[in-house]
Amino acid sequence: MLGRLTIDAIPLYSWVAMGGAAVTVGGGLAVFLLITYLRAWKVLWTDWLTSVDHKKIGIMYVVLALVMLVRGFVDALMMRAQQAIALNSEGYLPPEHFEQIFSSHGTIMIFFVAMPFLTGLINIIVPQQIGARDVAFPFLNSVSLWMTAAGAGLVLISLAVGKFSTAGWTGYPPYSGIDYNPGVGVDYWLWALIVSGVGSTASGINFIVTIVKNRCPGMTYMRMPMFTWTTLCISILIAFAFPALTVVAAQLALDRTLGFHFFTNGDGGNMMLFANLLWIWGHPEVYILILPAFGIFSEVVATFSRKRLFGYTSLVYATACIAILSFTVWLHHFFTMGSSANVNAVFGIATMIIAVPTGVKIFDWMFTMYRGRIEFHPSMVFTIGFMVTFVIGGVTGVLLALPPADYLMHNSTFLVAHFHNMLIPGALFGYFAGLNYWFPKAFGFKLDAKWGIRSFWFWIIGFYLAFMPLYVLGFMGMSRRMEHYADPNWQPYLIVAALGAVCVLCGIVCIAIQLYVSAKNWGSARDVTGDPWNGRTLEWATASPPAPYNFAVLPEVRDIDAFHEMKLGGVAYLPPGRYEDIVMPKSSGLGPILGALSFVLGFAMVWYIWWLAAVAFVLALVCVGIRASDDNTDFVLPAAEVAKIEAERLGQVTEADMHDMRDFQPIGPASGAPLAGRV
Amino acid sequence: MDHSTERNLSTYLTGFALAVILTAIPFALVWGGLLTGPAVYVVIAVAAVIQVLVHLVFFLHLNLKSTPAENLFFLVFAAVLIFIMVGGSLWIMMDLHHRMM
Repeated sequence: MLGRLTIDAIPLYSWVAMGGAAVTVGGGLAVFLLITYLRAWKVLWTDWLTSVDHKKIGIMYVVLALVMLVRGFVDALMMRAQQAIALNSEGYLPPEHFEQIFSSHGTIMIFFVAMPFLTGLINIIVPQQIGARDVAFPFLNSVSLWMTAAGAGLVLISLAVGKFSTAGWTGYPPYSGIDYNPGVGVDYWLWALIVSGVGSTASGINFIVTIVKNRCPGMTYMRMPMFTWTTLCISILIAFAFPALTVVAAQLALDRTLGFHFFTNGDGGNMMLFANLLWIWGHPEVYILILPAFGIFSEVVATFSRKRLFGYTSLVYATACIAILSFTVWLHHFFTMGSSANVNAVFGIATMIIAVPTGVKIFDWMFTMYRGRIEFHPSMVFTIGFMVTFVIGGVTGVLLALPPADYLMHNSTFLVAHFHNMLIPGALFGYFAGLNYWFPKAFGFKLDAKWGIRSFWFWIIGFYLAFMPLYVLGFMGMSRRMEHYADPNWQPYLIVAALGAVCVLCGIVCIAIQLYVSAKNWGSARDVTGDPWNGRTLEWATASPPAPYNFAVLPEVRDIDAFHEMKLGGVAYLPPGRYEDIVMPKSSGLGPILGALSFVLGFAMVWYIWWLAAVAFVLALVCVGIRASDDNTDFVLPAAEVAKIEAERLGQVTEADMHDMRDFQPIGPASGAPLAGRV
Repeated sequence: MDHSTERNLSTYLTGFALAVILTAIPFALVWGGLLTGPAVYVVIAVAAVIQVLVHLVFFLHLNLKSTPAENLFFLVFAAVLIFIMVGGSLWIMMDLHHRMM
C-alpha cells in the first residue's frame, strides 16, 4: 500500500538530520499557521497562487528562490563548519549525512535558487521591456512555476521523509545506480530534476514565443534591451538543453526502477554516456544561469553611468556567440574520462574561445562606465564587484580549459573555487543587482540602499574569504567533498573558508533586514513615476507596480533606449487620446493543482507507491484535458476601467517627480537633429 | 467542410499513416529478427530521421515557400545544434570505445 515507505523513513539516526527535519516541518507549519491566523488563505489563493499575471508569477518565483537560497546556504555553512574541524576526526557530521548535504547544496542552488531567481526576474521584466501585456502563454507560465515549486518541495520533504541523494548534484552512475544506491535518495534527486525540468523547458519555450511574437510596434530585434536579448538566447538554450537533462534523468530512473541497463556496469550499459548527456545539458546550463545576469549588468551599468550602453551591437553578437559556443564545450567537464588527446584538445580550445566574447562584454561595460556619471546604487555596486571578481574566475577557467592542467585540478577544491567564482559573482550578484534595481517596479517602493550596500560588502568579502583558500587547497592536493582529512596544513585554510561562509551569512541577514526595513518605511520610499532611477528601457514606462495590463496603450519604439527617448521628447507621461478594451487571461486554479499532482507523482515514484503515482498521473491528464477544452479563459477589461486606472496613476505624477532630462539633451553640432524636449 | 480544412485533414492523415509505418518498420525488424548486426541501427536511425521530417512537413506544415524566413532560421539553428550534440556524442563515445577495446 505504501510501497517502501515505512516509519524508518523518519530520520531518527542523527540529531543533525532530525534537527533539519524539525526546522523544515516547523517552518512549513509556522507559515501555515501564520496564514491561517491572518485569514489570508482566500486572498493568497485568488490573488496569488492561481494568478497567471506574469508579474505575480515572477514575484512568486523570486520568493521561492530566496527561501531555497537560505536552505542551500545552510548546507554550505554546515559543510564549511564540518571541514573546519574535521582534521583527523569525524567532525560533527557522519559521512553519509555529509554526502547528502553536498548533494542537496548543489541541486538546490542550481535548480531551485538560480533557475527560479532568473525565471522570476525575466517574468517580471521582459514582457514590460518589449512593450507586451503578458507572456505568450500565461497559463503555461503558471504551470511552470508550480512544477518548479513541486521539485523544490520534493527536495525539502526528503529532509523529513527518507534521505536525499549521496551521489553529488551530478549523480554519476554506477554509484547512483540501484546496485550501489538502493535507497530513496537518488530517486528524490531524479524526480525533483524531472519535474522541475519540465517546468523550465516550458518557461523557455514560453519566453521564446513571447519575445519573437509579442514585441510592440517598432521594437525590432536590434532595439531590444540587452536583458531581453540575453533572455531570448537563454530561452533557446533551455529549449535545447533541458530535454537532454530530462532524457538522461528518465534513463537513470528507468535503470533504477524498471531494471533497464542504460548506465549499469554490465549488460551493455555505459556509464560514461551519462556524463556525456548530463553535461550536454550542464554546460549550456551554466550560460543559462549567467547570461541573464549579464543582461541585468548591462541594464544597470547604462542606467547608473547615465550613458547609453557602449557597444550594444557587439554585446548582442557576443551574447549570441556565447549561446552557440556553450553547446560546443561540454566535454571539458570530463577531460579525465579517458578520451583521446584530439578530442580533449578540440573541446579545450572551444572552451578557451568562449573567453573571447565574454571579454568583449567586460570591456563594453567598462567603456560604458568610462566618463559616465556613476551613481553607486547597490545594483551598480554589485555590478562593479562582479566585474572585478568574475575576471578572476574567468582566468582560472581558461587554466582549467587546458586538458593537462585539468588532469591535475580535476575534482580538487580548485575546481570548486572556480565554479563558485563564476556562479556567485556571475549569476547571483547579477540577480541581487536585479533585485535592487527592479524591486520598485514590482512593489512600488525602493529597497533601502544602505542595507543593500552592507549586504554587498559582506557577500564579496565573504566570497573572497571562502573561495580563495579553496584555490590554494586545490593546489595543495585537497579533493572536493571530503568529510574528514589528515593533512594539518589544510586546516588553517579551511578555517578561513568557514569564516568566509559566516561573512556570507551576514550578507544574507543584511538582505533580510533590507527587505524588512524597506517594507517598514515603504511610504517614504514610494516610486510614484514608475521610473525611480531615470531608466532607459520600456519597463520604466509602466506604473510601479504596473497595472495588470502593463501598458494601457501599446508603446511605439523608435530607438534602443526607448523610454529614455520618450522622456527626452517630453512624451513619456502624456495621456493617450483614447483607451480600448483590453483582453486579459483569467486566473486558473489548475496551475497549482497540476503542481501539487506532479509533486504527488514524484513522491509516489520515489517510494514505489504505484497506485498513487497512477492516480496522480491520470488526474494530471484530466486537468490538462479540462484546460484544453475550456474556451472561456479570457475576460475583457473595459476601456472605462482602464481610463480610470490610468487617470489615477497619471494624476499622481507631478512635474517635480519627473527626472530632469536637461543634461541628456545633445549639444553641439555633432549631435545631429535636435530633439524637441521638456527643457 | 470547406476545401482547406479537407486538405488539412488529408495532410494530417497522410502524416499519421507515414508516422505509423516509420514506427512499425523498426519494431518489426527488431521483434521479428529480420535484420541483425549494425544494419538494424542504421535502419532505425534512418527511419527516425525521416519521421522527424514527416512531423515537420505534415504536422507543423513547414515548407520552403510559405514558412516565414524566421522560422526556417530557427529550424536551421536547431539542425546545427542537433548535429553538434548527436555528432559530438557519437564522436566522444566512439573514441572512448576505441580506446577501451
